[in-house]
Formats: sequence, structure tokens, C-alpha cells
Amino acid sequence: MKKQDFKLFPGTYLQGKWNGHQYKVIRKLGAGACGAVYLCHNLQGEKVALKVGKDSSRMMLEVNMLKKFSKVQGVKLGPAFIDVDDWKAPSLQVFPFYVMEYVEGVPLSDFLRGKSKEWIGICTIQLLTDLEHLHKAGFVFGDLKTDNLLMSNSKVRWIDVGGVTAIGRAIKEYTEFYDRGYWGFGSRKAEPSYDLFAVTMIMLEMVQPNKFEKGAHPRRTLAAKLASSNDLKPYHSLIAGVWKGKFQSASEMKQALSYIVMKRAKGTPVSRKQIKAQKHSSDWGELLALSAVAGVFCGFSIFSFWI
Amino acid sequence: MKAGRLKQILLLTDGCSNHGEDPIAVAALARNQGVTVNVIGVLDDRQKEKPQGLEEVESIAEAGGGVSQIVYQKSLSQTVQMVTRQAMTQTIQGVVNKELQEILGEGQSIEELPPATRSEVVEVVEDLGEACELEVLVLVDTSASMQHKLPTVKEALYDLSLSLNARTGSNQFSIYTFPDVKHTIRRVIKWTPELGEINGVFSKLSSGGYTPTGPALKEALYAFTEKPIFRSIQDGEDPYEETGF
Ligand SMILES: Nc1ncnc2c1ncn2[C@@H]1O[C@H](COP(=O)(O)OP(=O)(O)OP(=O)(O)O)[C@@H](O)[C@H]1O
Ligand SMILES: [Mg+2]
Repeated sequence: MKKQDFKLFPGTYLQGKWNGHQYKVIRKLGAGACGAVYLCHNLQGEKVALKVGKDSSRMMLEVNMLKKFSKVQGVKLGPAFIDVDDWKAPSLQVFPFYVMEYVEGVPLSDFLRGKSKEWIGICTIQLLTDLEHLHKAGFVFGDLKTDNLLMSNSKVRWIDVGGVTAIGRAIKEYTEFYDRGYWGFGSRKAEPSYDLFAVTMIMLEMVQPNKFEKGAHPRRTLAAKLASSNDLKPYHSLIAGVWKGKFQSASEMKQALSYIVMKRAKGTPVSRKQIKAQKHSSDWGELLALSAVAGVFCGFSIFSFWI
Repeated sequence: MKAGRLKQILLLTDGCSNHGEDPIAVAALARNQGVTVNVIGVLDDRQKEKPQGLEEVESIAEAGGGVSQIVYQKSLSQTVQMVTRQAMTQTIQGVVNKELQEILGEGQSIEELPPATRSEVVEVVEDLGEACELEVLVLVDTSASMQHKLPTVKEALYDLSLSLNARTGSNQFSIYTFPDVKHTIRRVIKWTPELGEINGVFSKLSSGGYTPTGPALKEALYAFTEKPIFRSIQDGEDPYEETGF
């Protein structure tokens, strides 16, 4: 028996059959292979994101992941989990749904528009920081792609944890453009380095939003794209290194990237002695700036927690 | 519950059958023998509308307890691996549902369980899908209209092996083509754990305008049942072997 498609209009109330919680649909946020996500209000009038679909097993696997990663070691990875239930539509068909934190943000590409090039490095470092935590918890993100990221309060957040896979297993879900297997750069085993490859593709996309196909010589296609992207120049050897499998963990890649980001902050060429003297101070300056930014993020989240 | 062994036929075609017995009936038979039939209809990238006769694709898979999809060549790789994995999950879910009914009574299925229980059951299904042994017999329509699609097919099959071999459970693949004048189908790759080098596989093309999908499926089913690939599991615990749907 096939389930009919459904449509939820703004103003519709949706009540769970098991837990009984009620949600009011505000608007549709997006749709994908597995269902649609709506912005809703809960009974208290707070904004939440509600995903409703047809494949209840798949939805439940996503819920299990959300629960696991709403908070890992005190770090928020992915939206917080709120509720899971079934909804009996007026047609009497039952649709599974779950409710999570609404992540208010903009797509990465919108965020980067008009911003200085430093942000490429900074966003990537943020992404790698979250991956570091995820990998330490024994999982890889899997379907890491721009579509699954939002910039919220100048901080990158991921929103779709459907592809998160335990390390050592087969990647559950992937998108060809970000998949190292597609480009001939390795297996589809869930290893930290699988995510790192996707990170480099996101970096490529940050400077040149048009996707491209692999052609007859995938590796050559990629190398040519990289060589032709001037805005990524500082990261060329880093990215090539990732492709060669030089980095086994998000921490290693982040360290290498941080080094580049710091170095780039230096001004016009100066004598060697000065460089040596400056190196540390400028590093410290950047670090201070970064931690100030980080402080602001924390401030934000504490603030949003309070209201 | 322990991971078992799943058997699938993956049929890649671009037209409707026009010769021999009804492929839908053969697919139903296969399902009965514990072999799932998945079907992928391959469209030309230039093709605008769905050509006639491709409804058969869905009917065969439905009768065969499998998954079907009609796709353009350019999405073939991703579709082939998705269909295979979906069918695996579907089969395992079927087994689990059957067990649930034995425990909880008629009409119970995973999606009707309360969320807390469902949450645990789907993890079990996921674990089984990761660990089970899988045998995929790929049956490729190499009739004239498929000719220029064969390089894409080859790539998609290599990609399938890449996806499946990332699993913990082991795999066996074999490739057959049809039509073949003498034997209906022709084996081009015998059982192997990896589809790495499959160059030249489709070099010898079948000619003629006939597409004996039904008979080809039946031969594929024989090829499956005649040859035990994995040594049979000693204790009779294997759920997939037992249930025999
Ligand atoms: N927690 C959230 N907060 C804000 N927006 C969200 C949230 N979750 C999803 N969205 C929006 O809804 C869109 C679709 O969400 P998501 O990617 O989770 O589902 P999907 O695409 O249907 O699933 P799949 O990728 O498995 O096919 C996203 O692109 C995003 O814009
Ligand atoms: Mg998505």
C-alpha cells in the first residue's frame, strides 16, 4: 500500500498520536527525498522545526542520531531533539514526524556573499571543530554538503543528520559531488577522512558555486578546478594533501588550516627578523580575535538560552 | 537475531519484454524462492518523455519483492546503489515484521510500534543490513537500444561494488547479459567479491530486436539456485533462509 502525498498548509494543527503534543504549521522550510520540513509553533508559541515523512524507519534512524548528537560532550552538534510521534492525517493515513530545534540561519553561500575571503578559512575551521567532536564520538557525518549547513549567528551549523554513520561501517547516504568514491579518491567506508574530503569540496564550492561533473578523468578534473581557483590559493596544498589522504583526522586538518589562516593575516613583506618577532604576536593576535569571536558565539547562545 | 544472507537479481533494461514468458510471473516465482528482483529502467539523457512499456519495470519489481526506479543515465550510479540498499532494508524489514507478528499478533509492523520500541527495532534492522551477506546477480539488457548506455552501466556497477564493499558483511556479484541466441542469457562475470576490472565485459553485443526479459529472468534464477556460493550456515538460525519468501 503506497502512501499518498500530503500537503500541510500554514495554520494547520498537527497532533501526535502517542505523546499528544500539538504543533501549528507556520510555513514550509524545505523538502527532500525523505519528507518535508516545516517551521511550526509549539503550544508555548516557540519556533520549532518539524519533519514529516513517509518512511517511518528512516525517520526513526534520524531521530536516534539527533538524540545522540543534540549534545556530544557538552557540544551542540546538529539541532536539539524535541519530540517524535505519528500524525493521523484527515485522510486517516498515518505519517511519522519528529520535532527539533529550529535553526535560524542562512545558507553558507548567502552568508559568504560580499564577505572577505578570510571567512572561507574561518567557516572551514568551524566545520572541522564540529567534525572533531563527532569523530571523537565514533561517527562520521557522511552526507556532508552545503545544503546540509546553515550559518546561524556567524557560526556554521549542520541540520540534516540522516547520513551520520558509525566509524567502520558503510557510508549510509552521500551526494556524488562531495563523495570521494565518485571522484576516485577512496572508499565509502565511514572514516574521518571521508568527511575531510567533503570539506574540501565545500571549500571549492565556497569560491565557485557552480557544480561540475567528473568527466573522463575525475582526478584531473578536480586538480584543474583547484588550480584555477585563485581565492583558494592559500589552501591549494592543504586541499591537495587531503585528497592524497595526508590527514587522518579533523584535528590534523584543522591544525594545518589554522596555520594558514594565521599566516595569511600577516601584512606586507618585512625583514626576516621582524617576521620572527612578529610571528608570535600576530598569531596571538589572531587567536585572541578568534576567541573573542568564539566568546561572542557563546554569549549569543547563552543569551538565546535565557530568552 | 543474526545477520543472514540476501539474494537479489538486479535487472537493468530500457524497454519492455516482447518474447517468451511473462517477466512479472517469473519475478513472483523468484520472490518465492527467496530471491528479490530489483529493476532499473535506464533512459537516454536526451529522452524527454517516459517511453512506453516502462510500466513493466515497476510491476516486475513489485512482484519480485524488490525496488524499481526509472532514471536517466547520469544518475545511474547513485540509483543502482540506492535501489540495492533499499531492497536489502525492505527484505530485512519484512523478516522483522514477520517475527513481530509472531510475537505481538497479526497486523503488527515496525511502523505501528510505539516510538520508543520502534527506535530500537530500526537499529536492529540497520545492523543487519550492515552485516548481512549479499549476493547480487546483475542482469543487463544488451539489446541494440542499450548499446550506447553500456559504458554508463559498467561505471554504475563498479560504483555499486564500491558502496557495498564498504559494508562489514561480505558480497558476491555476478553479471549476465541478455539476449543470448543459444542460452537466453550469457554469463560475463562469474561470482566475485568485487567488480573492479570489468573492461570488455559488454564487448560482445547481442543483436536482433527481441527482448526476452521473462526467460532471461528465469535463467538468472536458475543460475542463482544451482550454485551455492557461500557455504551454507550450519545452524538453522539464519532468518532469511528460513522464512523463504
Ligand atoms: N532544524 C532545522 N532548522 C531550520 N531549518 C531546517 C531544519 N531542518 C531542516 N531545515 C530546512 O529544511 C530543508 C530540508 O531539510 P532536510 O535536509 O533535513 O530534509 P530532506 O532534505 O527532506 O531530507 P533528505 O536530505 O534526507 O532528503 C533544509 O534544507 C533546511 O532548509
Ligand atoms: Mg537534506
